[in-house]
Amino acid sequence: MSIVEHHIDLTAPRISEADVADFIALLKPRVMSLVVFTALVGLVIAPVHVHPVLAFTSLLCIAVGAGAAGALNMALEGDIDALMSRTASRPIPRGRITPPEAMAFGLTLAFFSVMTLGILVNWIAGSLLAFTIFFYVVIYTMALKRWTAQNIVIGGAAGALPPVVAWAAAAGSLSVEPLLLFLIIFFWTPPHFWALALFRTDDYARAGVPMLPVVAGPDATRLQILLYTIVLVAVAVAPWPLGYFDWVYGVTSLALGGGMLAFAIDVYRRREGRKALRATRRLFAFSILYLFALFATLLVEVVARAVAPSIW
Amino acid sequence: MDDKQERNGIVLTEAQKKSRRQRSIAIALALGVLVVLFFAVTMVKGPAVLVRPI
Repeated sequence: MSIVEHHIDLTAPRISEADVADFIALLKPRVMSLVVFTALVGLVIAPVHVHPVLAFTSLLCIAVGAGAAGALNMALEGDIDALMSRTASRPIPRGRITPPEAMAFGLTLAFFSVMTLGILVNWIAGSLLAFTIFFYVVIYTMALKRWTAQNIVIGGAAGALPPVVAWAAAAGSLSVEPLLLFLIIFFWTPPHFWALALFRTDDYARAGVPMLPVVAGPDATRLQILLYTIVLVAVAVAPWPLGYFDWVYGVTSLALGGGMLAFAIDVYRRREGRKALRATRRLFAFSILYLFALFATLLVEVVARAVAPSIW
Repeated sequence: MDDKQERNGIVLTEAQKKSRRQRSIAIALALGVLVVLFFAVTMVKGPAVLVRPI
């Protein structure tokens, strides 16, 4: 049964009352802000001077492309969004925007973001942005999400690509460093989303989305969270001994990784009652801080090196 | 549907008119940003705007 009792007759003539805020909500602004931030880091750490206008253009295109992917995702998931308390207030379940309107909006933005990035910056970045949108919408939303418990593991690649797109926009080529950033976000995604799924299991079960806690149960999910967190911490620290990022990043990564691991162990150990719920919420919240702080460290390093190279 | 409404076609409510005006302004602003962006990048790149690595 749907949480929101709203029905739009798609066959009847309809004049939209959707305002600009509804369309902005389709872009998933919070997801977009993380995408912009990780892309900014990819852009800044590239060893190439980028003109500020081109840097702004690249970030704008990546942001709009991510928003387009979000709108297309909502256009395709209106039915399950209506069944979940977390997503029931989105514009489509609320009846503000119809799925075809969201689809048209998303396709238009996807077209313009890819073409603008390709024409104004370079086609490697443009092609990667197109691939990112395709992967999120077709591979994750249409194929994986309703089919397998590995949906967010494989689909996480789409969320991990923005820094790679940004690096390509700056450098016009690819290198090891953006792929390291890709791997960090890729391995960060499962513990982050499975922590969310643990305290939203009922939501996902009601909507029939085969998230890991729904399919394999909470205990198996807790183990997977711990295993992926161990891999994540190792992958996030590795660029330091490998010589790609320096010791400030390495030490920060170790400290943050220790925190992430401690929260994951807490989730693994506490399995019943309010303490278990609190542990999953804490891991979810800390995982956002972890990724933000890790990428912010890289950003600060680059800025500090540019401002005071002698001290650094 | 009465005769008057049929003659006038679909009559928008105030809420529909207001939201349509908002959407139109947003589209105009977005197109304006796109024009400014293309102009600015052309100025920055100069003749190199035609040189795009594939």
